[in-house]
Amino acid sequence: MTLDLPLIFAILMGAAMLAYVVLDGYDLGVGMLMPAATDAEQDVMVASIGPFWDANETWLVLGVGILLIAFPAAHGYILGALYLPVAAMLTGLMLRGVAFELRVKALGWHAELWNWLFWFGSFLASFAQGYMLGRYLTAFQPGWGYALFSLLVGAALCGGYVLLGATWLILRTEGELQRKARAWTKWGLAWVALGVALVSLATPLASQLVYARWFDFPRTLWLMLLPLASLAAWLWIWRSVASSEWKPFAGAVAIYVLTFAGLAYSVFPYVVLGWLTIWEAAAHPSALKVVLAGALVVLPFLVGYTVFAYRVFRGKAKAGLYGH
Amino acid sequence: MDAGDALLLARGQFGLNIAFHILFPTISIALAWYLIGFRVKYARTQDPQWLGTYRLWVKIFALTFAMGVVSGITMSFQFGTNWPGYMLKVGNIAGPLLGYEVLTAFFLEATFLGVMLFGMERVSSRVHIFSSVMVAAGTTLSAFWILALNSWMHTPQGHVMDGDVLIAGDWAQVIFNPSFPYRFTHMMLASGLTASFLVAGLSAWRLLKAPQDPGALKTLRTGVLVAAVLAPLQVFVGDLHGLNTLEHQPAKIAAVEAIWNTQKGVPLVLFAIPNEETKRNDYAIEVPKLASFVLKHDLDAELQGLDAFAPDHPPVAPVFFAFRLMVGVGMLMLALAWFGAWWLRKRTPPGWLLWAFAGMTFSGWIATLSGWLVTEIGRQPWLVTGILRTEDAVGRVPDAALGASFAGYLLVYGVMLVAYVVVLTHLAREGAQP
Repeated sequence: MTLDLPLIFAILMGAAMLAYVVLDGYDLGVGMLMPAATDAEQDVMVASIGPFWDANETWLVLGVGILLIAFPAAHGYILGALYLPVAAMLTGLMLRGVAFELRVKALGWHAELWNWLFWFGSFLASFAQGYMLGRYLTAFQPGWGYALFSLLVGAALCGGYVLLGATWLILRTEGELQRKARAWTKWGLAWVALGVALVSLATPLASQLVYARWFDFPRTLWLMLLPLASLAAWLWIWRSVASSEWKPFAGAVAIYVLTFAGLAYSVFPYVVLGWLTIWEAAAHPSALKVVLAGALVVLPFLVGYTVFAYRVFRGKAKAGLYGH
Repeated sequence: MDAGDALLLARGQFGLNIAFHILFPTISIALAWYLIGFRVKYARTQDPQWLGTYRLWVKIFALTFAMGVVSGITMSFQFGTNWPGYMLKVGNIAGPLLGYEVLTAFFLEATFLGVMLFGMERVSSRVHIFSSVMVAAGTTLSAFWILALNSWMHTPQGHVMDGDVLIAGDWAQVIFNPSFPYRFTHMMLASGLTASFLVAGLSAWRLLKAPQDPGALKTLRTGVLVAAVLAPLQVFVGDLHGLNTLEHQPAKIAAVEAIWNTQKGVPLVLFAIPNEETKRNDYAIEVPKLASFVLKHDLDAELQGLDAFAPDHPPVAPVFFAFRLMVGVGMLMLALAWFGAWWLRKRTPPGWLLWAFAGMTFSGWIATLSGWLVTEIGRQPWLVTGILRTEDAVGRVPDAALGASFAGYLLVYGVMLVAYVVVLTHLAREGAQP
């Protein structure tokens, strides 16, 4: 039996991207919520994500790395088409990455500036990622309509990250901040509902290919399980937000997994929509095999020490982690 | 804008990003091992002074590491956007090496970093030291993979052709290619020296404000002693690396020494202004026959000149000057480290010596960057020696997008670099907090 290596790598890349969106999503979301909190609360919020964000962003390097290694033709094409939003995202990630340290280490108005840049960087990176997703789904076609659609996806993804961040804070904080986080969760839910509704309505207009995928009776009927399950997760968060600590976060993660499954279904087997499939873009099997062998050996360890790190920092976050 | 300008812009942007990025791993690779030293010292002695020292340097490490992570993410995007021809031609070799770097090194260091930075009160001393070792191992492993790839681009071997593209025939040959052992050791020592001068320099900066700080005096001594050991090693390894380059990339050495014509008994050019137009050196100050002696250990040996490789030789002036800058700064580091080590054996440091070390805090950056310029420009016009030309690998990103993002990166990097240096000197001046 021969392995379908491009398929395996497409799955690995999807898994890495999903891991990235969920993991960095919560810490970007926390970053975007900063202006809504007091100074003392901001320190707790940053402390709740401080030990994890480096590793979270590494999933992006892995996802983009797999695109580069396994589908090199697509890497150059996609990221070339997305050059400016990629630059904007990277700028955002850079600013907030150093702001983690500098917002407490800089002095006077500099500290204020970096605190503001922490928020701005989180927002810029999130919005750029959504914008890129929009451009990707519309196969990078030029025109104002497509740009508008991509801006919409950008705004919706910010809402999605705010939801993840707020539910993360319910899980990791207590007292007044946790109470605030529950309120932010409701805002996030409303934002996500509005964003998803608009994006869903606009997608058939924006992409014929995606539209044809979804509205093809009778397949459409069981495909509707995905949005229905998302709706169930949404309602589950809404009902549990006042009472539970872990259910809202679990529900938010479920929404991401379901949405991701829907997106994967929309584009598969293309890596560049309507133009390049994963088999056409794939690197040489010899290169894929050697990376797969390494990944199979390393991934169990990776999961192991990631679980270890989350166990070390279980429980409620406390301010002062970074020290002044 | 013509193709030449686009190539220059793509190279300029990539060069800017990679030059900015390399500053931080160069410090953090070796500083991670320094931290283990401080941490183990505290575990053994339970002296709160070592704890304070550890806490101070872990803050500096955290900031350095964060700068390295965020500037490194940029690299993973630009391989494909700025150099698509590179990935298409040699991606089956470059890809797996980069993949192994992400899988074995990036996750290891980033995950254990959280435990190392914030977990001291949450895990046992043993687990904390273990986490620190994992971070250090991750940074070193990362250097291993990226230098294996970089060295392969200089001295490729172990590959076979599959149609138009390269695939690996023998991975052991690809990884342990001829220049790899030298380049890896040279870079590790460069990191050790850069971190040592940072440790010594920032400690000196602290001592200028608080001359009695016993912790800063200890770290000054540590940094100076380590530098005094590593600097001569680096001279030795650098020489071996140069001889290895002469064997595999003679055109680079011809540019380094500004030897225009193949001849016997070649003089060593101490200073000159290499003239690409006339193919000779203006205002040259030379020592007769010394280049032949240094490179072949024979006063009358023949050395290949740039004419032997025409028209495929690297631009001479940048390689020539960058090499002299690297050697000059390196010699200054060696002299100061030895003098400092001798002085500090019995005496406390006077103000002028402290100023000297404080002034040399970031000298490792200059030496590393100029050495990097020598080796990378010295490889031109090749991206992968004999296999792929730089001009054939460049992408077709619109000039406007490239120009706008170039300006953006330049601005952000400038702000980050200034903030980094200001915060480091400020932290150092405040000193270790008990």
